[in-house]
Amino acid sequence: MTSLLLNTLAMAGKAPMESPAWDGFKNLVNALSVPEVSLPLIFFLVFIPMFVFYKWWTKPAVAALLGIVFCIFYFGSMLIDYDYLLIVTKADNVPITIMLVGVGVTLWVAFRRAAINDTALAQGKPLPVEGKDDKVLVWPDLVYTEMLCLILGSIILVVWSILLRAPLESPANPLGPPNPSKAPWYFLGLQEMLVYFDPWMAGVILPGMIVSGLIGMPYFDTNPKGNGYYTIKERPFAIFTWLLGFIILWVVLIIFGTFLRGPNWNFFGPYQYWDSHLSVPLTNINLSDYVWVFGLKQPLPDNPFVREMPGIIFVIFWVCVLPVILAKTIMRKMYNQMGMLRFAYMALHLVIMGMMPLKMVLRWVFTLKYFIYLPEFNLNL
Amino acid sequence: MISSVFDYIRNSQVWNSIFRHGIPRDRRTRVMAVMSNVFLHLHPVAVRKSGIRLSFTWCMGGLTFFLFLAEAITGVLLMFYYRPVPERAFMDIIALRSHVTLGLLREIHRWGAHAMIIAIWLHMMRVFLTGSYKPPREFNWGVGVILLVITMLLSFTGYLLPWDQLAIWAITVGSNMGKATPGFGMQGPLTDFVKIGGIPFVTPRSDAAFILLAGTSVGENALLRFYVLHCIALPLAAAVLIAIHFWRIRKDGGISGPM
Ligand code: HEM
Repeated sequence: MTSLLLNTLAMAGKAPMESPAWDGFKNLVNALSVPEVSLPLIFFLVFIPMFVFYKWWTKPAVAALLGIVFCIFYFGSMLIDYDYLLIVTKADNVPITIMLVGVGVTLWVAFRRAAINDTALAQGKPLPVEGKDDKVLVWPDLVYTEMLCLILGSIILVVWSILLRAPLESPANPLGPPNPSKAPWYFLGLQEMLVYFDPWMAGVILPGMIVSGLIGMPYFDTNPKGNGYYTIKERPFAIFTWLLGFIILWVVLIIFGTFLRGPNWNFFGPYQYWDSHLSVPLTNINLSDYVWVFGLKQPLPDNPFVREMPGIIFVIFWVCVLPVILAKTIMRKMYNQMGMLRFAYMALHLVIMGMMPLKMVLRWVFTLKYFIYLPEFNLNL
Repeated sequence: MISSVFDYIRNSQVWNSIFRHGIPRDRRTRVMAVMSNVFLHLHPVAVRKSGIRLSFTWCMGGLTFFLFLAEAITGVLLMFYYRPVPERAFMDIIALRSHVTLGLLREIHRWGAHAMIIAIWLHMMRVFLTGSYKPPREFNWGVGVILLVITMLLSFTGYLLPWDQLAIWAITVGSNMGKATPGFGMQGPLTDFVKIGGIPFVTPRSDAAFILLAGTSVGENALLRFYVLHCIALPLAAAVLIAIHFWRIRKDGGISGPM
């Protein structure tokens, strides 16, 4: 059944691929997809406007139009490109499409309800839905909803399982790693971070800080507003930062890791063939090279600590001094409200999270490899 | 005719011994229906109308729980057909595909696991966006975060069990991170300094990755270890924490709403 569907689609995909009509479009999309272009585009043209224009884009008609455009682009692309079709319909990648649609729909619901609530709050009116304090009995109101969800969930799960076989590849061969070797899709955001950080950061520190940051959140977020209803205006900083982490640094990076990273973890556009012979020269340069060799025009000092001093100073500044500066300047109100301990905990997580986009941008612009390069201690950052 | 049969059943001693209330038609019997049932009484008797709207919770917590149950049931059934040793594991999966009647078990289990990850992320996002982690629900949010970690670990350990190429290499990529743990992994920063009397404390046979895999690479010990974690330790931990999670939802005043 699935293979029939795939074959039909594949044939449909093969034919237009020969026609050069789409080539210009495909090349454009491929070129725009490289991380240094697409991530800033997503951030400035999608993420920021999502907040600025939230009262407008959440209107059902606008949202429906956006959804349709997305679907035409996302699913329509299967018809014009075989490589894209292969990667998107790979059985283990189907959940990613479901996640993408799920995140989109739920974000719409949340922003829509926030827009309605924020309008009411601005006019001093009670919240239209959450504001009513009427109670209903669990039986029948809640148990019936739950049963409906249960039935619907079962049906979807069984239909999904009938249509799509669970994949099974060739038996495990400890000597023959596939290329690319990918972690399960829900960890691919972290694997994508390996491009910019060493494993001790991407695989240990960052996930550890995600967990400690999440657990600490209710204790350092001292804003009493926005408890129990959708709003954006009453807690803009919390929502912006959290969604930046979840949507851009987690969900979008998962899409990159699954759809756009091919053999040797090289980047490939969505409509590009995964060529395993493609070799991309690595020309990344350490901060110490920049300072000593290019800046001061002298050879690298022998003592590793002297050599890496610029990076060490920078990291100490970023992690220890920057929070203090923030507390004294733009986050002064927050600092006063939160107190020192809470602020320190929050700011530590904030600057570590900020290090991800910082390193990405420095990599794209200056081909920076490491701030600190201490292979003597396996300590590269 | 039929209704008199129903009436007979409903008035029988057996029925009345199981359900100690009449048909939930009026307020009293509806309250009784929830209070006298061990599963339903996880709920309060009455809830905020706005809180149970689908557009408020997206039913994502409920769906996560449903998927957890579906995984538990299909998982137990899968255990009847699967042996966690490299010689057998892959062939058992093949056999499962071809020999078992209505062989959807593995499909439901695998897609259910993926769906559970998605549902739990969306559940977390809704709890965040409604500010429901704020007092008095701080602790329950923390319980939720641990549940999130356990759910991802459940998926991760299960990924290895089919023992195909996808499985061992995905787990290899993941567990290689253990080697990079600062101070505890062989290739981690600063590990060279962890010595006792000049003897390295961390060796390839005692580092963080070794503890995870019970070996220096993903082999038969890792398969057994992941199997036990996947089928016993992690589900048990999840079940206990889910019980705490649900109990706390009630104790914290039910689904959140404006104060
Ligand atoms: C196995 C995983 C989980 C299950 C089965 C589960 C189940 C539920 C259910 C059924 C509810 C009732 C309201 C709703 O459906 O939204 C709920 C509420 C809640 N959950 Fe979870 N949850 C899980 C994981 C999490 C995670 C990962 C978090 C956060 C990081 C979390 C935090 C909360 C909080 C704070 C509430 C109370 C929200 C309120 O009162 O509005 N849970 N959970």
